Amino acid sequence: MSITLRYALQRDDFGLDVDLKIPMRGITGVFGESGSGKTTLLRCIAGLERPATGRLVVGSDVWQDQSKKVSRAVHEREIGYVFQEPRLFRHLNVLRNLDYGRHRGKMSRDEIAFDHIIALLGLEQLLHRMPGALSGGEAQRVAIARALLRAPRVVLMDEPLAALDRARKDEILPFLDRLHAELSLPIIYVSHNIEEICRLCDHLIVIENGLVLANETLQSALVRMDLPILSGDEAGSVICGTVKGYDADYELTHFEFSGGELLVPGRFGEAAADARLRIRASDISLCRDRPPQSSILNILPAIVEELQVGRGPSILLRLRIGTDQLIARITRRSCDELNLQAGDAVLAQIKAVAVRNTMTE
Amino acid sequence: MTTAMPDTGFFNFPGAGPLWLSIQLAATTMVLLVVIGTPLGWWLARTTSRWKTVLQAVVALPIVLPPTVLGFYLLIVLGPNGAIGSWWVELTGEALTFSFSGLVIASCLYSLPFAVQPLQGAFEALDRRDLEAAWTLGASRVDAFFTIAVPQSARGYLSAVVLSFAHTLGEFGVVLMVGGNIPGETRVISIAIYDQVESLNYASAHQLSAILLAFAFLVLFTMFVVNRRWERT
Repeated sequence: MSITLRYALQRDDFGLDVDLKIPMRGITGVFGESGSGKTTLLRCIAGLERPATGRLVVGSDVWQDQSKKVSRAVHEREIGYVFQEPRLFRHLNVLRNLDYGRHRGKMSRDEIAFDHIIALLGLEQLLHRMPGALSGGEAQRVAIARALLRAPRVVLMDEPLAALDRARKDEILPFLDRLHAELSLPIIYVSHNIEEICRLCDHLIVIENGLVLANETLQSALVRMDLPILSGDEAGSVICGTVKGYDADYELTHFEFSGGELLVPGRFGEAAADARLRIRASDISLCRDRPPQSSILNILPAIVEELQVGRGPSILLRLRIGTDQLIARITRRSCDELNLQAGDAVLAQIKAVAVRNTMTE
Repeated sequence: MTTAMPDTGFFNFPGAGPLWLSIQLAATTMVLLVVIGTPLGWWLARTTSRWKTVLQAVVALPIVLPPTVLGFYLLIVLGPNGAIGSWWVELTGEALTFSFSGLVIASCLYSLPFAVQPLQGAFEALDRRDLEAAWTLGASRVDAFFTIAVPQSARGYLSAVVLSFAHTLGEFGVVLMVGGNIPGETRVISIAIYDQVESLNYASAHQLSAILLAFAFLVLFTMFVVNRRWERT
C-alpha cells in the first residue's frame, strides 16, 4: 500500500513538478529550503491547491485524476492537516474544536479512540478552555489531536513546530514520538529542520525548486553525498540500535548497533529499548592506527566506501561500520596525508549525540 | 400580509396601529435583508471582479440619495405600468404601490447598505485559514460557512440586524412616495406623526415621537452593550 502522486503546476514565481510514491506507514519527511515547494505539495494532496495536471492515489482509491475528471473536494479527502499555526476555531472551546472533525468523520462514536488520543497528547486538563487561553505549545497539541480525531487515512503536517520556540518544541516532540510509536497512520511531515527530520522520520523526500532530488529511506538519503542540502554543515547520518544499559557513575548510555557499541553522554531510554542516534559528519574523525590514548571514547573499525571529489578545505566520506553507513567530514589535507582510498580499512572516532529512543518513556 | 394588532390594553392608544405596522415592516425587512445581505456581503468581501466597485457604489446609494429620489424611481418601477409592478399585477392581481408588499420592497432597498456593509466588513475580517482548516476537517463549503464564518461574524450580524431594523423603523420619505398613507396598510409611525403635526394635534405627535425616540435609543444602547460584552470574551 502506498500513496502515489504526480503533480505539475506553474505559478508566477515558482513551479512544482513531482512524481512520488510515498509509503502508507511511518513518517515521511519532506525536506527542503523555504520556497522549495514543500507546502504547495501538501496543499495539492489536501485539495487546497488545484494544479493543472495531477493524479493522487491513496491506497486503492483515486482521489484525483485529471484525465478521468476525478477530483475529490477538500472535505471528501480523508486527511488530517496540521498547519504551521494551530488554526483553532476561536469561538469554540477545545472540546468542541476536537469534535468538529470527529463528528464529521468516522470516529464520532469511538470513545476509546477519543480517550486514547486525548491521553496521547496530554489534553485531559485543557478540554474546557477556550483557544485564547492556551499556550502556543498547548494549542498546537490540540490542533494535532483535532486532525487525528477526524479519522484520517493520511496525516499532513506542515512544519508544525516552526512557529514555536525551543522550549515549546521540546514539549511537543515527545508527543510526536509517541504518535510515531503508537499509531500506524502514515504521516507526511514537512520541515526545513534536519534535526526534527532525523528524530521523527523513517523515509525522506528532498525537494528543491519544485523538483524531487531524493525519495528513499531516511538512512540511505542521509549518506548520499550528491545532495548539497544534506551535505552542508548539517551533514550527518542516523543509525538504529538498542540501549544496552546506563553507566550511572560516568553518566553514559551504552548503545549497541550493527557496528559495535557506542557510549553516549546522558541517559536516554530503558535497557533493551530501540533507539536511534544522529551522528554529524563533523563529529567523526579518522585514523589509520589506534591512538595509544585518546579523549574520544568511541573508536570503531570502518571501511571507506566512497570519497567526495572536489576542492575546498574539507571533503565528505561515506563509511561502512557493521552494516550501517555513516558520513564523515575531514579536511582534504588529512585525507591526502592519510592517503585514503575507497576500500581502505580505518578507525573512526565518533562523538555521538542521542536523537531519541523510539519507544515511549 | 400584515397581521392584526394584538387586542390588549397596552396597544390601546392612538397611534398604536401605525407603531405595530412599523414594527412588522421593520421586522420583515430585517429578515429579508439578512437573507439577501449574506450572499451579497460574502461576494463583495471575496471577489476580485471589477464589478465589485460598481456594486458597492450601488449598494451605498441609499445613504446619499434623498429618500424622495429613491421613492420616486420606485414609484415608477413598482407602479402598475412599471417593469416590476406590472409583473406583480399579473402574478397576484394587486398593485405593489400603496401596499404593504411594495413598502417591504422599498424598505429593503432603502436599508440595504445598513445590512450589507456590516456583513461585508465582518466577512472581510474572517481568517481564510480557519475556513481551510474546517474543510480539511470534513466540512463542506456550506457547512464551514454556517459553522465557522457565521459565528465568527456574529458582531457583523448583530449590527446588520439592529441597523436595518432601526433604519426601516425611521423611514419616511420613501414610504410617503411609494406607500402613501393608508391606515393598517401603509400608515407607519413616521407618517402618523407627520399626519398629527399637519392637523396640529401636537399632544399625539409628542407621544408617538417620544415612543420612537425611546425605542431607537433602547435598541442602539442594547446593541452597544452586547457588542462590548463580545469584545471582552
